[in-house]
Amino acid sequence: MTGVAHGLRDRVRGSLRRTWALVRKETRQVVRDPSSIAVGVVLPLILILLFGYGLSLDVQHVGVAVVLEDPAPEAAELAAGFQLSPSFSAHVVRSMSDAEHLLQTGDVDGIVRVRSDFTRRLALGDVTVQLVVNGVDGNRARIIEGYSQGAIGEWAARRAAEGFGGAVEPVIVQDRMWFNEANDSHYFLVPGLIVLVMTLIGALLTSMVMAREWERGTLEAMFVTPVRPGEILLGKIVPYFFLGMIGLALCLLSAKFLFHIPFRGSVWLLAATSALYLLVALAAGLSISSATKSQFVASQITLVATFLPAFLLSGFMFDLRSMPTPVRLLTYILPARYYVTLLQTIFLAGNVWGIVLPDAAVLATMAALLLLLARVLTRKTLA
Amino acid sequence: MTAATAPAPIVRGRDIAKQFRGAAGDVVHALDGVSFEIAAGSLTALVGPDGAGKTTLLRLTAGLLVANSGSLQVLDIDVAHDPQAVQSRIAYMPQRFGLYEDLTVQENLDLYADLRGVSKEERRTTYPGLMEMTALGPFTRRLAGELSGGMKQKLGLACTLVRSPELLVLDEPTVGVDPLSRRELWEILLHLVRDQHLTVMLSTSYLDEAQWCQHVLVMHEGRVLAQGAPNDISGVAAGRSYLAEPPAGQKARDLQARLLDDAAVVDAVPEGGLVRVVCAEPLEHAAAPIQSLEGVKTTLTPPRFEDGFMILLRRVATPRSAAPRMTMDEPAAAPAGERGAEAEVAVSDLVRKFGTFTAVDHVSFEVQRGEIFGLLGPNGAGKTTTFRMLCGLLSATAGTLRVTGVDVRAGGASARRRIGYVAQKFSLYAQLSVTENLDFFAGAYGLKGDRKRDRVAWALRQFELQPFATEQSGRLPGGFKQRLAMAAALLHEPETLFLDEPTSGADPQARRDFWRRITLLAAGGVTAIVTTHFMEEAEYCDRIAVMDAGHILAQGTPAEIRRRARPIPGHETTMEDAFIAIVETSRGVDPTERSPVTESP
Amino acid sequence: MLAALYRILALARKELLAVLKDRRSRFSLLLPPILQCLVFGYAATYDLTSVPYAVLDQSRDPASHDLLAAIDGSGVFHRVANLDRAADIATYINEQRVVLVIQIGQDFERQLASGKSAEIQVIADGRNSNTAGTATSYVGAVVGTFNASWRAAHGGSGPAISVTSRAWYNPNLETRWAFIPSLIVTLTLNQGLLLTAMSVVREREDGTFDQLLVAPFRPVEIMIGKTLPSMLVAIVQATNALLVAELWFRIPFAGSFVTLYVGIVVFLLATVGIGLFVSSVSATMQQAMIYSMVAIMPFSLLSGLTTPLSSMPRSLQYLTLINPLRYAIDLARRVYLEGAGFGVIVSDLWPMALIATVTLSAATWMFRRRVQ
Repeated sequence: MTGVAHGLRDRVRGSLRRTWALVRKETRQVVRDPSSIAVGVVLPLILILLFGYGLSLDVQHVGVAVVLEDPAPEAAELAAGFQLSPSFSAHVVRSMSDAEHLLQTGDVDGIVRVRSDFTRRLALGDVTVQLVVNGVDGNRARIIEGYSQGAIGEWAARRAAEGFGGAVEPVIVQDRMWFNEANDSHYFLVPGLIVLVMTLIGALLTSMVMAREWERGTLEAMFVTPVRPGEILLGKIVPYFFLGMIGLALCLLSAKFLFHIPFRGSVWLLAATSALYLLVALAAGLSISSATKSQFVASQITLVATFLPAFLLSGFMFDLRSMPTPVRLLTYILPARYYVTLLQTIFLAGNVWGIVLPDAAVLATMAALLLLLARVLTRKTLA
Repeated sequence: MTAATAPAPIVRGRDIAKQFRGAAGDVVHALDGVSFEIAAGSLTALVGPDGAGKTTLLRLTAGLLVANSGSLQVLDIDVAHDPQAVQSRIAYMPQRFGLYEDLTVQENLDLYADLRGVSKEERRTTYPGLMEMTALGPFTRRLAGELSGGMKQKLGLACTLVRSPELLVLDEPTVGVDPLSRRELWEILLHLVRDQHLTVMLSTSYLDEAQWCQHVLVMHEGRVLAQGAPNDISGVAAGRSYLAEPPAGQKARDLQARLLDDAAVVDAVPEGGLVRVVCAEPLEHAAAPIQSLEGVKTTLTPPRFEDGFMILLRRVATPRSAAPRMTMDEPAAAPAGERGAEAEVAVSDLVRKFGTFTAVDHVSFEVQRGEIFGLLGPNGAGKTTTFRMLCGLLSATAGTLRVTGVDVRAGGASARRRIGYVAQKFSLYAQLSVTENLDFFAGAYGLKGDRKRDRVAWALRQFELQPFATEQSGRLPGGFKQRLAMAAALLHEPETLFLDEPTSGADPQARRDFWRRITLLAAGGVTAIVTTHFMEEAEYCDRIAVMDAGHILAQGTPAEIRRRARPIPGHETTMEDAFIAIVETSRGVDPTERSPVTESP
Repeated sequence: MLAALYRILALARKELLAVLKDRRSRFSLLLPPILQCLVFGYAATYDLTSVPYAVLDQSRDPASHDLLAAIDGSGVFHRVANLDRAADIATYINEQRVVLVIQIGQDFERQLASGKSAEIQVIADGRNSNTAGTATSYVGAVVGTFNASWRAAHGGSGPAISVTSRAWYNPNLETRWAFIPSLIVTLTLNQGLLLTAMSVVREREDGTFDQLLVAPFRPVEIMIGKTLPSMLVAIVQATNALLVAELWFRIPFAGSFVTLYVGIVVFLLATVGIGLFVSSVSATMQQAMIYSMVAIMPFSLLSGLTTPLSSMPRSLQYLTLINPLRYAIDLARRVYLEGAGFGVIVSDLWPMALIATVTLSAATWMFRRRVQ
């Protein structure tokens, strides 16, 4: 009995020593290659700054042309509403053709036309303001429409309040945005950014490392040592895992202190689920790498399979429920989808176990399956 | 030998067969019924031409591949069944030992020590020995990528020896290694076998190395042609090896070329100004006198290993269909010997520095039109740097160089059109087919229309590449890759040809074919500058220069260089002896301190 | 001159063969752009087609019933649950079972009948505030229609002012219409850049580069020979994406192909310049790949592809002036959807031409330096 226990202990100790040696080797290589620093630190920083300061879906300073065909003060008052609003940057013009020209050259994205009979029809209680928007960016166009109607509605309400008449709206919508009262798009962009960073660190580097060892022939001699395939994999996972966690820490710190995103859930829960996702990405990268054994092909596959799907198909940019069924089904096999939900929930809503537990379970299953796949693909045989 | 009673063999193989699926879905028989044994404490060598199956057999032994049939027991373990058990006890150095080039020498060693479970205490006793043996002590902090080829090879060996393995498997450990490092590597190996009773199994394309082994397997196309002690193999050629003296006024290589064309001659190589001839039958028994030896003085000589090897090969392989006959489309401008006013290649006081390191230090030499000029030297001597400057790939720090009258670097496109360059490692487009590669280089050199078609057809014909015309060039057998590289460099009929280690790793037959072509080209007026690690190949050159540490140490005809060797009584002076003597004298090593490796253990 | 052209053609031909001969590599170059165009074309839309919601109707009268019927009948909203208690709202929103909850108060009908405004509450899940905002505005639109018919039925006075809206170039305001033409140029950026960056480094790793330098190529000929095939592959990819847009998504092409392709070529010149530059600073394929990604990501994010340029802070808007993709996307949308001619897109062409001049000169300089 003791002999067996002894033997087992020796084997575990030997395995640990080999794994540790491989971890140290890989870490040295990571530290010495400028491109791993580029992915691990420079890329997260660029993304943090871009997402934090640059990107925003909030529409501001939209160029509109207000065509004042009616010189009356009521019309001018309506125009002033556009000129004063921070949402717009209004150009007042006299003729529709001037406005159309501005729209064609891209100087404005919308035209508000106040016709010459505006005052007359206003007195009759039936007046129409014509709105033309550049529909090329449909989303933006819709927002411009909404804002314009809002501005006109405000003007009407003001007139009503001043006793000029006008109807009471039967039903008024009072909306409240939970978790993001200020409707600040950074609230969902920054968690999304974390998904991108973790995907890139996890998959981009590891997709090249095994292929590189195959191409350079460094594995052949190593195979003929007591080392086990699992130890080789672990030796790769550990350093990149830490690199990913450093990236995560950078993102979390900037979310909290630079962008003041509220943090309503537990930071430990966030770290734990991020660790799960990172494992999924690492295992996926290693599987691509072991399966292709070619850096060129691995790089092409990774480019197609990581960045854009994590960006566009994860629910971070676009609503998953509105996608056609085949595409929506596709998103169910993308780990990024679950991670986006987890991040947005833990950041903004808190520890909602009804979401955290099932999504974390899916990620854990995916991690286990992909690690198994990587292990199966890493065999100590050639050809 | 130490073994009085035969110990159990370390490796036992029975009827091993291994097939691979080829590119076109065809089945390639890499090994076909191989049986062999390796005795404990012995040194066994696998020799044979490209595609013989040497690497496959070594990989099977190391558990990296699984045989399709047959049994293979390593250390009494069925290696196909439990490869890990074998891999934990043996050590293996692949052909391209994958050192981590971004780790230091020490870090590479430590990695393998950790993987093999060598404790800190054990390291204290093994490391100094390894460092002394490999002379890597002063370089422990250097990155492996910055070591010279020979040092990398020694580090690779050291990594396999951090824990004394029960079997050491080495795949072509000396390819691309200069003669000095090669001798040092062999001294290490022989020392290990002698003192530590290590069992070693290796493959090599240097046939002279086989003489230092106890057991040799001669392989050909997946089968074992013969096995036994080296003397058994040499014995095959007993009474058939002769030294032929070329008639006055004839070069040894011209006589050799003539002999090779003769079906009654198995092999001919220039050696020490003479030609070593291996005849199909002893001359006195020959049915008819050998025509090509008519009027040539021959003396019987003890056979070398290579002689027996060539006879064994000749028995199974059909003799070469037709020796390559270089036909140039246009008559060569000026035949050899008719020297113009200016040398074809003139280098004077050439210097190249990389930072503070001087790679080439005031090198001067001249090569005449139609000459074959050999540049010999250990790894890191500055040969490749000199080559790169001559081809215009690198600028010179100081000095002048002229190729066909101009500096290639300054001369631009028209100057480069007059040279051909074959790089050290295969450097054509592996993804493209043979014809596509040729088409590209023809286009790159401005050939078009009929002329392009003619030249590509010429190349396919001359280098016997037609059967492979549509084959992806990366999949060609080694010797054919080398032919393709030569063909591509010759399409535009360059006046000067630069060949950087063109025969490295090539089998004996491929090397003979290569030199045959070069000598024919030279006869047609092409100037060739060649580097090589096979010292006996220097015999093909008109003149050679020996370089070390950026300097030219000696220059002259092969005979002149050979005279610089320290003669050993009872041992025929070879070019390798001369080379080592010259380099060691320059490095300040007293040659008498070193015991020649050829004095077998 | 003619000889140089001939050499360039030989190199370009070889380059194409090397990339397209291998089945795996041909596959990975030509198929993904089409797939990406299809998948992202469907995925990338801010339009909502399916919004799950819940109702907490405390009024339960005919008026509230009519309003909810209008919402259910919109085709966008589908009711997941009728809640009984306000406490349930949190559960449904937190667990993302619904995007929004509509709460109708007890006195809804009474308020309406008395001619006052009746309020309804819309509580939206702001974790993705963009989706939430869009869904809320949809509710607003349905309520607007409801109001109009209510007034008509109950004889209230008409609105003092109404707005008629019309969208040019994209009458149904489909986000896909803007996204797919942008995708055409974004995909060509990815491949044009990565392919060029890889092609030079690959020769260096394989050791074939010296062979090129020894041949009578001038550095500039090598550069042209290397970039032409990448551009050609990228143009084929752009064409594929264009075909998907026209034939599959049926987005009408309003402009002229000549204009579009001139724009794409100018854009690609700028792109391959960057690719060559990347290849000059990379020692290995891994580095080339990673540096390409480091370049591609900011280019895509700062291009107006997914977020409008005008929403960025001033300083970043200035930064986007050096991003060729910004102009290419603008150009693609204008030519494709608006049918803009050369006169209009010249404002996109000249900055791209300028960027191309800068990147190509920088690449030439780096390339010569590396070669020498």
